[in-house]
Amino acid sequence: MKYIVRRLGLFLITLLAALTFNFFLPRLMPGNPAIDMLSRLESKGHLGPQALHTIEIALGLNKHTSLLHQYVQYLGNAATGNFGISYTFFPAPVSKEILEALPWTLGLVGMTTVIAFLLGTFIGLISAWFRGGRLDSALPPLFVILSGFPYFWFALLCILLFGVTLNWLPVSGGYNTSLLPDWDWTFVGSVLSHSVLPALTIVLTSIGGWTLTMRNNTVTVVAEDYVRMARAKGIPEWKIMWHYAGRNAMLPNLTGFGIQLGFVVSGAVLVEYVFNYPGLGWMLLDAVSNQDYPLMQALFLMITVAVLVAVFAIDLLTAVLDPRTRDSG
Amino acid sequence: MVAGEAALGEAVGADLEVAGRLRGRGARRGMARMLLGNGKAVVGACLLGVFCVLAIIPGVIAPDNPNAEVFKPALPPSLAHLLGTTAYGQDVFSQLIWGARASLIVAFAAGAAATAISVVIGVSAAYLGGLWDGALSLVTDVLLVVPAFPLIVVIAAYTNGANLLMLIVVLVVTGWSFSARQLRSQMLSLKRREFLEAAKSRGERRSYIVIFEALPTMTSLVIACFLSSALYAVLAAAGLQFVGLGDPSSLSWGTMLYWAQNSSALNTGMVLWAVMPGVCVAMLGASFALLNYAFDEIGNPALRPVRIARARGRRRG
Repeated sequence: MKYIVRRLGLFLITLLAALTFNFFLPRLMPGNPAIDMLSRLESKGHLGPQALHTIEIALGLNKHTSLLHQYVQYLGNAATGNFGISYTFFPAPVSKEILEALPWTLGLVGMTTVIAFLLGTFIGLISAWFRGGRLDSALPPLFVILSGFPYFWFALLCILLFGVTLNWLPVSGGYNTSLLPDWDWTFVGSVLSHSVLPALTIVLTSIGGWTLTMRNNTVTVVAEDYVRMARAKGIPEWKIMWHYAGRNAMLPNLTGFGIQLGFVVSGAVLVEYVFNYPGLGWMLLDAVSNQDYPLMQALFLMITVAVLVAVFAIDLLTAVLDPRTRDSG
Repeated sequence: MVAGEAALGEAVGADLEVAGRLRGRGARRGMARMLLGNGKAVVGACLLGVFCVLAIIPGVIAPDNPNAEVFKPALPPSLAHLLGTTAYGQDVFSQLIWGARASLIVAFAAGAAATAISVVIGVSAAYLGGLWDGALSLVTDVLLVVPAFPLIVVIAAYTNGANLLMLIVVLVVTGWSFSARQLRSQMLSLKRREFLEAAKSRGERRSYIVIFEALPTMTSLVIACFLSSALYAVLAAAGLQFVGLGDPSSLSWGTMLYWAQNSSALNTGMVLWAVMPGVCVAMLGASFALLNYAFDEIGNPALRPVRIARARGRRRG
C-alpha cells in the first residue's frame, strides 16, 4: 500500500512540475512574448486593436494580477481542460485539436510499445537462455548498434525502401484522405496500411532496449540458487525458463518501463513527424513551426500526462506481480 | 521508486566485486587489457577515433568549402563530388566531413557536463541520505519520467533556433537524470562496504572518502554514464536539428538532414544527401553504444561472453 501511495505521490509531483514548467517558461523568456506573437501574426494579416490584449489573455500574461493569482488560475484552467485558443486552427480551442490527435498516438505508440515489449522480452529471454548460441551471438550486438541509430533516420530509410523504391506502402498521413472517415473496411484498411511503416520503425528501434535489459536480467537470474534447485528437482527446462527465470527477470523490465517509455515517446514524436502521422507528436512539431505556443504547450502537457498515466498503470501492475515492492513500501 | 532501486542495486552489486579487485596499482592496465580484448570496445573505439580525426582536420580530407553554393545543384556522385551536390549547389562530401565537428562537440560537452552533474547529485544523494536523498531523488525521478524530447522541443521553440551553446545546455538539463539514478544505487550499495567503514573510522573527511575512496571504484560506471549521455546528446541534437530547431545556418549532420528533407531529397534523386548524414549520426551513435555496452560487460562480469563449449556443458550439468 505504501508503495502505491509513494508512486501516486511521484505521479502528482511530476504532473505539478510539468504544469509549473509550462506556466513559467513563457514568463522567463526575454522580451514580451505577447508582442513577439503580435508581430508574427500581423505579418500574416491585419489584426484588430484588441489583439494584444487577446494574446496576453491567451498566453495567460495578464499584467494586472499577481503571479500567484495567475498561477492558480492557470492550474484551474488546466484541470478543466481549458488551454486557450489555437492560432493555427483559429478559432478552435486547443483541447479540441488535441482530442482529435490523441487516438492516433495512443493507437500507434500504445500498440507498438506492447508489441516491442513482448517481442523484446521474449527474444531477450531466449538469447540469454541459450547463451553463446546463434541467436545470442547475432541479435544483442545488432541491437546495441541499432540503439545508436536516430529513429527519424530509420523512418527515412523505410520511406526510401518501401515507399519510393518498392512503392508497397503509403508513407504519409494517417489514412487515405480521399476516403471519408467511417467504420467501414476500406477506411479501416487504409488506416492500417498507413500505420505499418511508422509502427515498424518504432518497433525495430525500441525492441533493442527491452531485449538487452531482459537478456542481462536473465543472465543474472539463471545463476540464482532457486534455478539450480529447480534443475536438481528435475523440472523440465522449458518450465524453468518460463516460470523460474523468465518471470523473475521480467520484473526489472517492468520497473524500468517508465524510463523506456520516455525514450519511445521521444522517438515516436519524430517518427510521426517524418510520416506526417496525425498524432500528438506531429501536431507538436507543426505547432512549433507555426509558432502556435498555446497548442504546443498543451501538447507537451498531454504527452507528459499520457506517459505518466502509463507509468503509473505499470507501477500498479508491478505491485500486483511482485510482492517485494508491496512490502518494501 | 524503491523497487526500481532494488533491482538496479542487484544488477550493480556484481559490479562491485570486480571494481574492488580492480582497485590499486593494476587497475588502469587491467581495464585497458579488458578493452582491447573486447570486440565491441575495439570497433566502437576505432569508429570514434575516425570521427575525431575528421573533426580535427576536416580541411585536409575535404578541401572544398562546405558552405559555398558554387557548384551545379543536384549533381550525381562523381570523382569531383564523391557524394554529389545538394539542391543548393554545395558539395555533400565536404559538408559531411565538416559536420563531424559540431556533432562531436555536442557529444563530448553535453556528455561530460551531464556526467558531472549526475555524479554530484547521484553520489551525494546516496552518501548524505535522509532529507537530502529524498529531495535529490525526487528531482531525479521527476526528470526521468517526463519525456525528454517533447520537453527539449518546447524549450528550443522558446529560445528560437537554439545555437550550439543553448543546445548543449538543454541537452544537459534533460540528460543527467538516468545516470544520476544509476550512480546513486551504486553508491548506496558501496556505503556499507568495509573499506569505506575503515576510512570513516580512520577519521577521514566525508569529501575525502567520497572522492578518493568511493569514486575510483565506480570508474567503469562513470565512463558508461558518460558514454550513454553522449549517445543521448548526439541523437537528440540530430533530431532537434532535423526538425529545424537547431541553427539552420550552422553546419552539422542534423542540419544537413533538415535541408535535405526540406528539398524532398528522397523523391528528387538526391538520395545520398538525405542518407549519408544519417549514416554518420548512426555510426557515431553506434560507436558510443558499443563502447557503453563494453564498459557494462567490464563492470559486470556476469554479462561477459562465455565460450560456447562451457555454456553447453553447464546447461547439461
